Amino acid sequence: MRNTLAIADKEVRSYFASPIAYIIIGLFALLFGFFFYVYLMAFNQQSQQMMQFGGGGGANINQMMIRGLFQNAAVIILFVMPMITMRTYSEEKRSGTIELLLTSPVSDLEIILGKYLGALTLYATMLLVTMIYMGILFKIGQPEWRPIATGYLGLLLMGGCFLSAGLLISSLTKNQIVAGFLTFATFLMLWIINWPGEYSGPTTRDLLNYLSITQHFDDFARGVIDTKDVAYYLSFITFGLFLTAKSVDSERWRG
Amino acid sequence: MIEVQHITKRYGRVTAVDDVSFRVEKGEILGFLGPNGAGKTTTMRILTGYMPPSEGRAVVAGFDVFDHPIDAKRRTGYLPETPPLYPDMSVREYLDFVAKIKGVAPRDRKQRVTTVMERTRVADMANRHCGKLSKGYRQRVGLAQALIHNPEVLILDEPTAGLDPKQIIETRDLIRSLAGDHTVVLSTHILPEVAQTCQRVVIINKGRVVAVDTPDNLTARLKGAATMYVQIDAAGADAAAALSAVPGVTRVASADQRGVMAADTVPLAATGPVAFEVESEPEVDVRRDLARAVVTRGWGLLELRPVRMSLEDVFLQVTTEERPEEAPHA
Repeated sequence: MRNTLAIADKEVRSYFASPIAYIIIGLFALLFGFFFYVYLMAFNQQSQQMMQFGGGGGANINQMMIRGLFQNAAVIILFVMPMITMRTYSEEKRSGTIELLLTSPVSDLEIILGKYLGALTLYATMLLVTMIYMGILFKIGQPEWRPIATGYLGLLLMGGCFLSAGLLISSLTKNQIVAGFLTFATFLMLWIINWPGEYSGPTTRDLLNYLSITQHFDDFARGVIDTKDVAYYLSFITFGLFLTAKSVDSERWRG
Repeated sequence: MIEVQHITKRYGRVTAVDDVSFRVEKGEILGFLGPNGAGKTTTMRILTGYMPPSEGRAVVAGFDVFDHPIDAKRRTGYLPETPPLYPDMSVREYLDFVAKIKGVAPRDRKQRVTTVMERTRVADMANRHCGKLSKGYRQRVGLAQALIHNPEVLILDEPTAGLDPKQIIETRDLIRSLAGDHTVVLSTHILPEVAQTCQRVVIINKGRVVAVDTPDNLTARLKGAATMYVQIDAAGADAAAALSAVPGVTRVASADQRGVMAADTVPLAATGPVAFEVESEPEVDVRRDLARAVVTRGWGLLELRPVRMSLEDVFLQVTTEERPEEAPHA
């Protein structure tokens, strides 16, 4: 555990020592803010219209705004995550520092968990910064806090899956660009895998929907925590980390 | 302290290390000598638990590196060929991190970092980022990293590579001072380094151990035929012929400042002293007969001494001897 924390600490420091962390956090906050603004404007207009025509009791800010905002945040995350994970292993392999880690009295699992925890910390920081917008929302309206909380939990879990898959891909190659692009392609595939489901039989559709990483996010964005979705995300993360451990071990045998 | 038993490592069809065995006693400095690509780095990587061998086993500080990797690694310090530095960290931060993952107790950490920085002479760069260090400093920070947890065993892959002559001397002194408390294995292809720092040498070529001995013994043992250096003041005379006539002498070569060449290709020296290298059959001491041959002819015997082969000669000899055996396969 102490080793895991030491490595996580090192990872976080290295993110923040380079411009990467600041660029990722900054751009994510900017894009999130852009979507926030667009949705706020749309909500504003709609609620004014509803008031004019006397729609019962005003518009629901949670349903109309927050859900869409979180779904769009998930899209941004798809693009941002490869940048976090692409260097985790690749860089250590390229610079030779992997020799230090693998010859230290630390288990492979401790190294992997440390790296994962480091990346997750950066990701959590990203999400934390966007809570500023939620603060603004509470200032100007009366949204329910629960769907917002579940939305953030959903983003954290979904991002956790991306990080776990990204770590695995990074452990397979020395080349950051290759790792980055492969990660992006994999995420995109996980994203759109349920699209053909619309044109196929019910079994295939259900299967593809279950596999799709975003399908499980919708419930969270609506304010529902479904154990099925949580189980999907947690098992995805565990499986990714398990395969990373296998990849690191096999690398050792191949030399 | 270190025991390597019949280690073989194959990468696909290529055999990098082939049935290598040797032992290193506690407190000893062992030199690992061989040309590039001989299998030095691979052997060291196996010893440090970086990769497992295809066959055989290695025991470090009483622990099998494959069965009990954590115990073995706790007692091993390793400087890889390229120092494993994180460019974004300062030297102090880096050493602190290494101390953490090497299991140095939190309360000793600060002190250990300071101690190794002083010992490896990098304290003046403590706050400099590793990525901005010169090659010499990188190498020494790498060495500091290997020493941080005060390991019983040190495995150093070319510890003096990239250092300037003064730093090389300092580093060798440092390594020599480590002997006794620590058991050291260092690899190099710089020959004098082995003679100066190591108590024993393993010469490795094409993945196989060619010879294991002390530098002195290796030099003596591998000399094959005994060679004498003879300097005579015999102006105009055919000294080479006279020396060749001595019983037991197998070959006489002229040895002047320009180097050694065959005696019959050299014109007779008109004036002044001439020097020869006289090879004789092993086990035959020809010194008395050589002296008599010179003196009875009325020449002046200026110098007569046995020639010791430098380690470099030994190295070239053992590694080239392998070639005829390998030839049929090619």
